[in-house]
Amino acid sequence: MAARAATPSTADLVRQSIQGRRLGFGDIAFPAALLLALLFALLFLATLLVDIFAKSWSALSGRGWSVVSNPLTLNAETAGLWQSIMGSLGLVAVVALLAFPIGISAAVYLEEYAPDNRFTRLVNTNIRNLAGVPSIVYGILGFTIFVRFIRAVGAGGGVGGKNLLAGGLTLAALVLPIVIITSAEALRAVPQSIREAGFGVGATRWEVIRYHVVPYAAPGILTGTVLTLARAFGETAPLLLVGAATGFFSTGSGNLIDKTLGPYTALPVTIFSWARQPGADFRSLTAAAIVVLLVVLLTANAAAIILRNRYERKW
Amino acid sequence: MTSDTTTPAVDLTGSRPRLRRERRVRRLFAGAAAVSIVVSLLIVGSLVGEAWTFLRGLDLSSLWTMGWFPRRGLFDVKTVLTGTLLIALVAMVVATPLGLGAAIYLSEYARPRARRWLKPILEVLAGIPSVVLGYFALTWISPNIVMRLSSHAGVFSMAAAGIAVGILVTPLVASVSEDAMRAVPAALREASYGLGAKKATTVTRIVFPAAASGIMASLILGVSRAIGETMVVAMAAGAVGGSLFQWNIFQPGQTMTAAMSALAIGSDQVAGSTSAFQSLFFLGLLLFLMTLGLNLLSDRFVRKVREKY
Repeated sequence: MAARAATPSTADLVRQSIQGRRLGFGDIAFPAALLLALLFALLFLATLLVDIFAKSWSALSGRGWSVVSNPLTLNAETAGLWQSIMGSLGLVAVVALLAFPIGISAAVYLEEYAPDNRFTRLVNTNIRNLAGVPSIVYGILGFTIFVRFIRAVGAGGGVGGKNLLAGGLTLAALVLPIVIITSAEALRAVPQSIREAGFGVGATRWEVIRYHVVPYAAPGILTGTVLTLARAFGETAPLLLVGAATGFFSTGSGNLIDKTLGPYTALPVTIFSWARQPGADFRSLTAAAIVVLLVVLLTANAAAIILRNRYERKW
Repeated sequence: MTSDTTTPAVDLTGSRPRLRRERRVRRLFAGAAAVSIVVSLLIVGSLVGEAWTFLRGLDLSSLWTMGWFPRRGLFDVKTVLTGTLLIALVAMVVATPLGLGAAIYLSEYARPRARRWLKPILEVLAGIPSVVLGYFALTWISPNIVMRLSSHAGVFSMAAAGIAVGILVTPLVASVSEDAMRAVPAALREASYGLGAKKATTVTRIVFPAAASGIMASLILGVSRAIGETMVVAMAAGAVGGSLFQWNIFQPGQTMTAAMSALAIGSDQVAGSTSAFQSLFFLGLLLFLMTLGLNLLSDRFVRKVREKY
């Protein structure tokens, strides 16, 4: 009898193998390690935000709004971000005016019109590669082509073409592939049946696109658009090559055109140049400038997420 | 049948103005798509043209000397290449475990609810501008991590820049490799469970190998991004003006991108069209070719996944 109990029955063996052995160390440690990787990223993000906010506190609490509303100076006690913020907004406006019409049209062509031929494949590969070109290389493009072009057409202002227009053109070229890729994705998500219904009642391709496809893809395109503008707002490296001032300058009292064609800077470029200044005052001021930048960017990101959640349509 | 079958009873071609507009719109959109080609051509043209001007007026032996000092006419390629690759290496040491770990967790373990909360972390991290991470590398990573790892490390070091670049690259690695793992058909996982494999076994032995080429693509893209990253390196790696050949990551080092930004803002007291300034275009061309090569390679890996499933 004792010998029989020692050899488990077939039924017991089967039950045991179905229910499984108890969870081993590895079954818990493996997912825990994976979660840890994710939490580490979260921890890093939290540390970054808390640390920068803490460093900015003395400037933000001591100076208040003057950090935002004062002009750039080399004196940490009075320096402010007014020109930088205006410059960044100007750049974003140029990007929006140039990159979006061209990028969205290109996406419409590639998704709705383009036949599957060599040219189309070339354009698609080219766009993917453009999206991976380091941003500073776009600075070279801006420096050698756009700046010279602006000077040649006589819009160089007093800075030989290294003005807001050149910066905006450069950033527009930088974000163009991203605009095309995100818009194309949004267009692709619109089901084919919508188009076929349009063709079925005799609409031309353009009419189908204009009245059916683009309206349905609009939330996706808009989300991508907001994120792209945020990206342009935070970009620094290419602007260093197309004249964004790393020191201070006076905006002068000229009209809007003079200001657009004159010297300019952008918020991230100011952060870069302030970070290189010695002294604790500037350190805190730099952190304050970063807080301003992050507030703008996180608002844009949140807006994009809300847009996506509210208008995204599941087919 | 009174009418001829070859001519339709109704003219289906539509009105002429409508067709004309159709053609015009189509041409306009095709033109917009062609702009991207023009941008590429302009990039290549400007890089090659100016880099050629630089190389033509140069004693080629100055490309292989003791260090990168453009003002003194020393353009040692190995100094900037070593700096670039070392920082990319440190970055990948950080980004590979973090990015892949996050990707596997999000794709295989996280429930939909948790995913909705965890995914935005990576998205927000991806949205942090590099100039902010550069400042963070200099003011937090350097004193709190790097200086504890090595007592010889100064404020500026390749390690601090590399860690920050790694953080920057993590979301990219995570999202591309997560896509690759989610593309693995559920049937493969179910077959594995059917044979009695545990979850951890299924993930490491089935899903991971099946997604291997996509994961490889994500890592290559990560390296490409790390090589091209400018602001973090310009702010935290030190050696703004120039640098001797250096391979100790706890010391300041020079990368291609940092050297380019130093030339761009004139912190090395060069400006205009001197040979020193023109080295910027040579570095730009080198950087462009390296990242292009890596991007094409990663594209190949991605396409391999698409063909399989």
